[in-house]
Amino acid sequence: MPEPVVAMRGIEIGFPGVKALDGVDFRLLPGEVHALMGENGAGKSTLIKALTGVYGLDGGTVTVRGEPAVFSGPAAAQAAGIATVYQEVNLCPNLSVAENILLGREPRRPVWQGGRIDRRGVRRRAGELLARLRLDVDPDSALGEHPLAVQQLVAIARAVDLEADVLILDEPTSSLDATEVAELFRIVRGLRADGVAVLFVSHFIDQVYEIADRVTILRNGRLVGEHLVAELPRLDMVAKMVGHELAVLADLDREPAAEVAGDPTVTPVLAARGIGRGGAIEPADLDVRPGEVVGLAGLLGSGRTELVRLLFGADRPDAGSLQVRGRPVRLRGPHAAVAEGIAFCSEDRKGEGVVGDLTVRDNIVLALQARRGWARRIPRRTADELVARWISALDIRPADPDALLRNLSGGNQQKCLLARWLITEPRLLILDEPTRGIDVGAKAQIQQLVAELAGDGLGVVFVSAELEEVVRLSDRVAVLRDRRKVGELPRADASVGRVMELIASGGGHLA
Amino acid sequence: MTATMPTGTTTPAASAARSRSWRPSRRLVPTLATFVLFVALFAGGSLRYDGFFSGQVLLNLFVDNAFLIVLAVGMTFVILTGGIDLSVGSVVALSGVLSAKLLAAGWAPVPVMLLVLVLGTALGLAMGAVIHYLDVQPFVVTLAGMFLARGLCYVVSVESIPIRDPLFTAFATGAVYLPGTELYVSPSVLVALAVVAIAAYVLACTRFGRGVYAVGGSSHSAMLMGLPVARIRVGVYAISGFCSALGGLLFAFYALSGYSLAAVGTELDAIAATVIGGTLLSGGVGLVAGSLLGVLVLGLIQTVISFEGTLSSWWTKIVIGVLLLAFVVLQRVIVRGGPR
Repeated sequence: MPEPVVAMRGIEIGFPGVKALDGVDFRLLPGEVHALMGENGAGKSTLIKALTGVYGLDGGTVTVRGEPAVFSGPAAAQAAGIATVYQEVNLCPNLSVAENILLGREPRRPVWQGGRIDRRGVRRRAGELLARLRLDVDPDSALGEHPLAVQQLVAIARAVDLEADVLILDEPTSSLDATEVAELFRIVRGLRADGVAVLFVSHFIDQVYEIADRVTILRNGRLVGEHLVAELPRLDMVAKMVGHELAVLADLDREPAAEVAGDPTVTPVLAARGIGRGGAIEPADLDVRPGEVVGLAGLLGSGRTELVRLLFGADRPDAGSLQVRGRPVRLRGPHAAVAEGIAFCSEDRKGEGVVGDLTVRDNIVLALQARRGWARRIPRRTADELVARWISALDIRPADPDALLRNLSGGNQQKCLLARWLITEPRLLILDEPTRGIDVGAKAQIQQLVAELAGDGLGVVFVSAELEEVVRLSDRVAVLRDRRKVGELPRADASVGRVMELIASGGGHLA
Repeated sequence: MTATMPTGTTTPAASAARSRSWRPSRRLVPTLATFVLFVALFAGGSLRYDGFFSGQVLLNLFVDNAFLIVLAVGMTFVILTGGIDLSVGSVVALSGVLSAKLLAAGWAPVPVMLLVLVLGTALGLAMGAVIHYLDVQPFVVTLAGMFLARGLCYVVSVESIPIRDPLFTAFATGAVYLPGTELYVSPSVLVALAVVAIAAYVLACTRFGRGVYAVGGSSHSAMLMGLPVARIRVGVYAISGFCSALGGLLFAFYALSGYSLAAVGTELDAIAATVIGGTLLSGGVGLVAGSLLGVLVLGLIQTVISFEGTLSSWWTKIVIGVLLLAFVVLQRVIVRGGPR
């Protein structure tokens, strides 16, 4: 086995209250594509940032080509031959392709000729690089005129010009479509053949199996293992990423809505047919019937949030149709969805949900007031009654309508958000990661609440990264992978194992 | 996304050959439009008024606006990075008042000029440092600079101070004849054109200049690409400060006096000229030559209105306002119409 070009041993990085990386080993061999896999919060980005000098190490060592290395930042790492291409294209769209490749390193005329930039030299060197990557792009054209994929490849050309022998690609494919990904992979293979070590971060399992030679899996800041991709069945990879931590939650005493689940004679409260959006989610069908909890399961980046945003009208679908209670509708935005009785709790609780500087009361009546219009103020007494009822119904603590919302715990903030939507008496409730980042007790309460709401005849779409939770709560589980709905499991068949199998196999047979 | 991926293996030579056939980049359209507008205005004026079609009318545009050309050049640097400099008008006045006061106090002219240029550059440098390192909006910082410089004018002198220094007078009354003709320009015009030429060279042919465009395109990206963003962002305000001080000197040559209330609102003329010349207010796109054209268009409008005779001078402002709006809308359309 060749000498690793990068070796990281026992890497420890802590943030206040969190151990982001805990004794992680990682090595990168020349001429290999090495995938770094893990769920959200597993520590992938932290590991990259530890390598490129963005974060200082609390423990452990980094050696590059056998020499101990401590980088002061990305610039120092670049100088040592470690180039990084980020998920977002970090180039200047207003400049030419050639300039973007060589900006800051342009060849210059000798000083006695004025020391100015040798434009012809810039164009020639950029042309050579593009030719090496077999990219047919006019070096003089403005970068912004090209599709995102080409821009991403130009970013790689820039990295290659650094004569890097380590290339870090941090989720380079997240905004590319299939043909663009193929183009990217062709270039990555070429670089690998040239002996470059490529670190490839992706959520897409198919892509990892297509391009990577070796994979390192992280979970919760710890190393799970390093494997040859060819020797690791997909199911095992998913299992290693997700882990088998069974949450210590009380069993739910919930009667499954078996009588309506999957029953085609009951009119769905929401029926989506072939609904999709380019680059976000491929066309998918989804029915939600009254009293039914439909779970959406899938890894991060599988398109869970993208799908529910289409259902709520937060994004415009470019394919497919929606029916609400058997009537075709076209949702022109969240406002229209609210009018149709659809409520949506965003996964981004802080950014898109609660208003921290308002009181519990104000937060709860917000959606109802919005629906009534600003001119018809909700009478104070009505508001107080409603708020008091929901505070006790959802067991919001402290039970003080005048408390500022930001002072509440995450779980209680989530309950306020739920109360806000429930007060509008929706027919369909979409919950995107309602239990993320809240403690076990509050989690159990929210799950219990979802079960009760479904029992009262509400249709619920429940999205969660935690497979156990989805499986336990749902009457049906729709499984997503790589922005595609790959299957649907009725409650009787749904188990964490079955869901993982579906995620791993992509609906086909297992690899 | 309807991306068609480049799959061929065309050699770069073929691409280079393709790029050799000149086609105006859509980003140049506003500048070209300004040029067309200038030619049309001049042709229209020539048809309508006797004595309009003459080389001297054209050259007087430069003579009367030499200081504004220099200001617009400095402003172009700042706007290219996506910033704004509101202090230039006040710095012009301060430079004039300070020069007049020091000359009246018996200073030699050359040290006075050097001091004024250093002070202007230092003020720009200071504003740039606050903008970059403290991450304050350029609008607010240069607004403060504007009040500061204007206030300092009154500290120096409330009255208008005449300038009688021989060197300044020579600059004011000197005429440089174009070889073999009766046509002439003032020495200030040569200074202004030299500034334009140097600025165009710096922007097009140096790493600093290309960095200015990069910062205007995306400051964050420029930083991640390892460009010296701090030097560039502070540098453009220093350049604008230098140009303001130099413009102040040229204005002093033109007026032969220093007055605290001079050049009020000139910063807005400089911004208008820059925008009409095709520089995108959000940064990253624009040419110094465009800003020069912008100044000439503004000057030409004034000339036309003075030839018309019956129109009041506020029509200048109205026409400039309409033009400015038209150009901003044009840029918006181009940016929107572009792919991504």
